[in-house]
Amino acid sequence: MSDLTETSGDRVPAEGAPAASAREPSGQQEHRHGALSYAAEWARQLTRRRTQWIFGILVVLPVIFIAAFALDDGPSRGEQGTRFVDIATSGGPNFSVFVLLVSGELLLYIVAALLVGDPVPAEASWSSLRYLLTAPVRRARLLTSKLLVGLSALAVATILLPLWSLLLGGFVYGMSDYQIPGGGELDSATFWSRIAIAIGYVFVATLPIAGIAFLVGVRTDTPLAAVGAALMVYIVAGILDSIDALGDWRKALPGHYGREWLELLTTTDPDWTGMQRGLLWSLLYFTIFVVLGYRVFRRKDILS
Amino acid sequence: MSRARHPRRALWAAAISALALLLSYAPLASAEPSPEDFAPVTSTPADETTVPDIEPVTERIPTVAEPDGTPVELDTDLYLPHNSDGPHPALILAHGFGGSKESLRTQAQEYAGSGYVVLAYTARGFGDSGGRIHLMDPGLEVADVSTLVDHLAERDDVVLDTAGDPRVGIAGGSYGGAAALMGSALDERIDATVALITWNDLAQSLFTQSATAAAAGPTPAALEPTDIPGVFKQLWGSRFFGTALAGGPVEGGDPLCGRFEAELCEGLTQAAETGEPTPELLERLRANSPAEVIGDRMPPTLLIQGMNDSLFGLDQSDANARLIAETGAPLAIRWTDGGHDGVSTTAADDEDASRAWMDTYLDPELPVEEAATRPLPVDAFTYALPLARRQATAPLERLDAYPGLRGADPSERVTLDFRRTNPELRLVTPPGGQPASMTSLPGLGGLSGLGSLPTYPLAALPGSSGAFDTVVTEERLVAVGSPRLRLSVTSSGEEQVLFASLWQVQGSTASQPRTLVSPVRLTGAPGEEQEVTVVLPPATYVMEEGSRWRVLLTTTDNAFAGPRDVRVDLVDLAAASLELPVAEGEPVVAAGADGPDTESLLVGGVLLALLLAVAAAAGYRRYQSSRAPWREDLADVPLVVDHLVKTYGDGHRAVDDVSWRAERGQVVGLLGPNGAGKTTTMRMMLGLISPDSGAVYVLGHRITPGAAVLGQVGALVEGPGFLPHLTGRQNLEAYWRATGRPSEEAGFAEVLDVAALGGALDRPVRTYSHGMKQRLGIAQAMLGKPDVLFLDEPTNGLDPPQIAAMRPILQAYAATGRTVVVSSHLLSEVEMTCSHVVVMHAGRVITAGRVDDLVASEDTTVIDVPEAPSKEALEALRRTPGVREVEVIDEGDVAKVTIVAHRPRAEVVRAALDADLDVLAVGSRRHLEEVFLGVIAGAQGADASAPGAGQSMIERLRQVRAR
Repeated sequence: MSDLTETSGDRVPAEGAPAASAREPSGQQEHRHGALSYAAEWARQLTRRRTQWIFGILVVLPVIFIAAFALDDGPSRGEQGTRFVDIATSGGPNFSVFVLLVSGELLLYIVAALLVGDPVPAEASWSSLRYLLTAPVRRARLLTSKLLVGLSALAVATILLPLWSLLLGGFVYGMSDYQIPGGGELDSATFWSRIAIAIGYVFVATLPIAGIAFLVGVRTDTPLAAVGAALMVYIVAGILDSIDALGDWRKALPGHYGREWLELLTTTDPDWTGMQRGLLWSLLYFTIFVVLGYRVFRRKDILS
Repeated sequence: MSRARHPRRALWAAAISALALLLSYAPLASAEPSPEDFAPVTSTPADETTVPDIEPVTERIPTVAEPDGTPVELDTDLYLPHNSDGPHPALILAHGFGGSKESLRTQAQEYAGSGYVVLAYTARGFGDSGGRIHLMDPGLEVADVSTLVDHLAERDDVVLDTAGDPRVGIAGGSYGGAAALMGSALDERIDATVALITWNDLAQSLFTQSATAAAAGPTPAALEPTDIPGVFKQLWGSRFFGTALAGGPVEGGDPLCGRFEAELCEGLTQAAETGEPTPELLERLRANSPAEVIGDRMPPTLLIQGMNDSLFGLDQSDANARLIAETGAPLAIRWTDGGHDGVSTTAADDEDASRAWMDTYLDPELPVEEAATRPLPVDAFTYALPLARRQATAPLERLDAYPGLRGADPSERVTLDFRRTNPELRLVTPPGGQPASMTSLPGLGGLSGLGSLPTYPLAALPGSSGAFDTVVTEERLVAVGSPRLRLSVTSSGEEQVLFASLWQVQGSTASQPRTLVSPVRLTGAPGEEQEVTVVLPPATYVMEEGSRWRVLLTTTDNAFAGPRDVRVDLVDLAAASLELPVAEGEPVVAAGADGPDTESLLVGGVLLALLLAVAAAAGYRRYQSSRAPWREDLADVPLVVDHLVKTYGDGHRAVDDVSWRAERGQVVGLLGPNGAGKTTTMRMMLGLISPDSGAVYVLGHRITPGAAVLGQVGALVEGPGFLPHLTGRQNLEAYWRATGRPSEEAGFAEVLDVAALGGALDRPVRTYSHGMKQRLGIAQAMLGKPDVLFLDEPTNGLDPPQIAAMRPILQAYAATGRTVVVSSHLLSEVEMTCSHVVVMHAGRVITAGRVDDLVASEDTTVIDVPEAPSKEALEALRRTPGVREVEVIDEGDVAKVTIVAHRPRAEVVRAALDADLDVLAVGSRRHLEEVFLGVIAGAQGADASAPGAGQSMIERLRQVRAR
């Protein structure tokens, strides 16, 4: 060890010098739990333009749909429809289900990949990740904060879209009972419970893509790679899902059960098996990717 | 507002809806059922891997000659079990209309594999068999079955009950099903029968009459039609001809009839043209039916009939069942959702039932009489309920007895009232019978195959159709059999034909649960009102609570040859309600469907195991980290770097056994050329990179990723990092919030003074210059007054006044008993700022110590001369006793000669003067640059291969300065 200690006598015990007694190991554990609190992380994410844009688009989207439907001055489609789009304007409930359906697949996937996959690589690209880690925020704590805040934002987005559509659609088209495509109606109590479960399911169904984006983001430090890789996995899975030769193996593809929630809104007596399977698969994929993400990050050399 | 006036708007609307459609439906394409699901086949799509590889022996067996005396041979295939020891029971397999023995191959191999001698044959008039098609003439096609039984009786590997009577069963579907039933009725030697989707009365099946004069019978699907001949099933008739003609004309035969027997052909052709059968034709068809031949004896019989069958409906198997029940033979009935229009979704179950039936009643271990008394191996009555949305197989229910047979309770009937508001219908038959309603597509799987397309408009043509709706059902009803209703009809014509179909109405949409239609033909004087009971298609119907049921009446149907004369019928309800046979069966638990969903169990299990493993690993790590190393002896040393080694993934050893320490109050400069390992060391000091071996201790705590003691460390590494959208002030606040420490500890005011950003503090960081970010970065590192401050190239981007301002700040900071570590390439800066220096090169520490000690020493004399001295002068100096080392650095206008000697400085200066040097100035202190270059040169001299080893000192100095 190179010896610089010969000069230790030069030390100037000046005013304001840190007291050695304050640095017991036990005392140092205390501030750990507060490091990068959820409130702090929420503040970091909410001030970002990206987050504001996402929520802005989600708010504007139903308005665009209403405008698009308003342009249709052909004969009323509201009566005998077997497709969601035909009866979308029959009332708030139908409109909100239509919006959830058309945005549930691609839009919410992108939102999920962005909200959950981007926060860690974004910090890396601003070079602020190393300062957070030396603040210090423990690595697992950092990921947990980012993950939970990302998921909360995703949940807010998933709930906001149909609820806002319901409100807007109810205002524009009236709050009539939900019409099942192909015939039948759901009374409002049933509809509310069904749409609540459906929203929950849509949220869970987007978890695997969030998990993939999270893992890739933690691994590559590139926000674009995180979102792109997650979408790529879903697109490839979707293509594989359309190949009949794969038979039952397709059930294991992420996204295979992505539309099972429609069961709740297309029949009076839903079959829960598909949703049960989809739920478990989604949670399984999400857990795998998140665990891998933590594992990668715990051992990673931070070079950004 | 018209579309034409606003083409652009319409275009936008179209584009947006197209996008929405694309988004909502593109992924659904894969969910559409594939077309092969609806192929009009009835045999099981067997799993090929389980089919035994048994090759048949082809034999041509002579049989009854044609009526004109032409000899006939049957083309047969004999499949023998692999283990041919011991006599086996035998099985005759018969094919459907248009098929051949080849279509029975898989089924035959499976039966042979389980120990049957299987004889598959091609029926008379088909394939390579001789003769013509007589549509199951008892004296010809049915007699052929007896010929085959005779043939089997002669084989010594077949069990014989008595001489000439083999233990034999017969199975077949459709045309072959009739062969099985009629053969069993006429040949007493047959011991077990399985008949699928076949007829009871061929006349009724082709000329269908769904009007009855009889009250509802005891059985669920009974249809006792009136004597008026029914309506010709034109599409099915045409399909038969197509099939028969495909076989090619026989020599001397009518080229239009193919292999059909001429008389039958003529009768059918005429009926197709006129829509009216001749009495002779009806008589012949009726004779070629089980209805006419089943007498007082039948073997145990399993009847399987389908509900997706517009040719032979459930009423046919109901009639067969009633006849067989009278003989006292064991009898079981299955209603599947397959038939001539589509495959049964429970085909595997149906196949299992057939197998069980044969295994029970052909058991060679028992005498035949005893076998026939065994209990039924399958439920007496099993029926499929409608396929629920997205179900792969139809749910099955069972009853212990077929209602109304053998003393079982008759079918229970309930009534469902029609709405009072139903108006009297005025139905017009358009001239020529066109356009025709479309309620089914015979043989093509029915309209249900078209998915969710609205089919009601295709069936309910305006003017020629009308409907009666029931009231909304208040509870779920399961109808099993034929619903009935009573109509009164007043017509302008002498002959009235109506088609009735049953629809389910939910909301405003009508759907047809079974694509079947009941034709009714009445005769009566014009204007005369007559009442008639219509038997709707027998099937199972699930009437959901809250749905309405609709009976659609049309005057035309594309599948039938109805009258073409223009006509008006007034139709009204003659009874106020629809009569439904209901049943409450017990659900049959399908094989493999018992218990919870296996896929969910599997995935759930894996998920649970994964979560447990994760929890265990997390617990273990927590335990490990609670034993984090703590060096009490180093508790008061701000920084100890202890034998650090780091090799990167590419094999480059960036840091090689680096050790040094810093004490309180020191400002330590970390020096070294590019790639010396300074930054890697600094990152390890912050826990950003894990060392391969060695450790860094801050105040006795080992640095690990995110170690708590890093709270006492402030750092600026490789440039600052800020959230670009926040202002400088917000960034510092956001950073401090992330530490989770109270804001009063931060000392914002002091560090903001350090940053000296003024008004720029409240602008977003992305608008900052490099130097502003750098100052903010230093300020951030000093937040909370850390005990140890790491600054990597802090003067980067700062202008000289700012650099000068930074110097006292760092010194003052260290003066409070804290420690500052600075890495910099500005050697003069380090010299002026730092108290101590650590010089690294190629991953190693090559020198360390106080700056003063390094730059000044007793034995060193620095002499400034106007120009570089000559070689001779330097040689002379070197030869002077006591002089150890002479170095020259030429700086252009002045050259510095550094002399290291044992002798007093005055003597060294004298020696220089003696060597003819023009001494301008004499000093004792070298610059850090010189020390730095000296030690680097020394280290490189030790490593001759190092680049730059041969370069002049000046060149190297230039490189250092340029950095």
